Amino acid sequence: MKINKNLNKSETINEGGLRLSQSPSIKWLSFPYIIWMIGFIVLPLIVIVYYGLTGKENNFTLENIALITDSKNWKSLLLALRLSVISTLICLLLAYPLALILRKSKMNSSSFIVLIIILPMWMNFLLRTIAWQNILEKTGILNNILRFLHLPTLDIINTPAAIIIGMVYNFLPFMVLPIFNVLIKIDQNVINAARDLGANSFQTFLKIILPLSIPGVISGITMVFVPSLTTFVISTILGGSKVLLIGNVIEQQFRLGNWNAGSGLSLVLMVFVLLSMAIISKYDKESEGNSLW
Amino acid sequence: MVRKILERTYVYLIILFLYAPILILIALSFNRSKSRAKWGGFTLHWYRELFKNQDIMNALSTTLIIALLSALIATLIGTAASLAINSMKKTPRLIMMGITNIPMLNADIVTGISLMLLFVALKFTLGFTSVLLSHITFNIPYVILSVMPKLKQLNPNTFEAALDLGASKLYAFFKVILPDIFPGILSGFFLAFTMSLDDFVITHFTKGPDINTLSTKIYTEVRKGIKPEIYALSTIMFITVLLLLIFVNRKSAEKKAPATRL
Repeated sequence: MKINKNLNKSETINEGGLRLSQSPSIKWLSFPYIIWMIGFIVLPLIVIVYYGLTGKENNFTLENIALITDSKNWKSLLLALRLSVISTLICLLLAYPLALILRKSKMNSSSFIVLIIILPMWMNFLLRTIAWQNILEKTGILNNILRFLHLPTLDIINTPAAIIIGMVYNFLPFMVLPIFNVLIKIDQNVINAARDLGANSFQTFLKIILPLSIPGVISGITMVFVPSLTTFVISTILGGSKVLLIGNVIEQQFRLGNWNAGSGLSLVLMVFVLLSMAIISKYDKESEGNSLW
Repeated sequence: MVRKILERTYVYLIILFLYAPILILIALSFNRSKSRAKWGGFTLHWYRELFKNQDIMNALSTTLIIALLSALIATLIGTAASLAINSMKKTPRLIMMGITNIPMLNADIVTGISLMLLFVALKFTLGFTSVLLSHITFNIPYVILSVMPKLKQLNPNTFEAALDLGASKLYAFFKVILPDIFPGILSGFFLAFTMSLDDFVITHFTKGPDINTLSTKIYTEVRKGIKPEIYALSTIMFITVLLLLIFVNRKSAEKKAPATRL
């Protein structure tokens, strides 16, 4: 309750806000961006819907979308769904405890972002994924360690398991960050109050920390699920040519010049993206997207 | 005590997980053997070769120019937009932020394809400019999301005070508001630069046949094997940024003790 009141208070301060805001001239500052949004965010989406719903002679058709029921495409969609759900769950299980520990250590959030998100990006994303080949392949680092320990070796390169590892590796930071961001905003007094009122640490977690962290968890899930579902790079590099995900199928269609078919399949993917956006906006009203970063 | 050790270990394991591939790539840049799978002894050969390789140097300069220009333009447009969005009423503000979230939440492959289809539909030749425009598009949201929180923290009274003391609006903006939100603008710029540098998917679809960034160049080599010079280049870039960040951290830690713990 108290938290809500505080939020409302800060809201009103902002609402009355800068006198800057009463001058009409400031509205013009958003003009370049509005034009940019219409031209490069909204318009492209209209174009892809147009391509997805038309055939070679610009006639209206649902053929391209129906391609998803083709057995090869359908299998690739199901596989992508399965792998992305698994990797999202693994990311959540790894990220939540990490975020809790980091919250306790009072780590400065900007240095944390730099450490886990920005710095690795200066090593190219494709190269970092290729390095996982070195770790996972038959004579790779992981198997050498296992052999040294006299344990049975693993044969995971070019299997769905390798792709899951690649997804978890690439998208884990995007799960940690939103959860960490909501956790550090939880008022320590609320937690102390729960403890004073006799809750043990498990109850405090279950009744206070977990419910308050749900918006971060939801953002995290979206930020991992969507890119995992739609990737074609990770499956190309770590799945050999044996494992096809829906992303690979779409990329193939565009490489072969079947733009209408590729767009139609993209529209199917967008259903999942839109669903995620809807869920996010339901939970993310207060922070207006800030919990993403 | 035991709990603390366990927690520490967990954090270090995750950091190892995130950085192990980077260590491998650094090691590969010193590998005498051309093959990724064999260690052939230590060498600096690839670092010397790197600067002679015109292809890689071209891709590097394209990458850096696009990253710099797209980050600069996105910072300008994004900062201006944030100022305006911050002063909007609730409904238009929510609409603006909703659309701003689209490029962040949408799948890269869909963003890339839809931009490519737009350029083709407008009979715009794919090349440097189309990649630049695409990068600006996905960079603006990062700038807005970095600047907005700083604007919300602003104390409106200081701006009012400046106006009351006779400053013009523009002067008050540069003297009062800008210094306060500058850290947000800077981190937005840095973030945008990094995102542009690391992007592959959107560049892949919007670049056309004539240009390559480092990412797309690496992708063409995935099957036939990466040239070791690329490992050398990535190592140089990574170490440079690492040193830069340590330096900046030191500086800001000196300014505001107690130092941030890492």
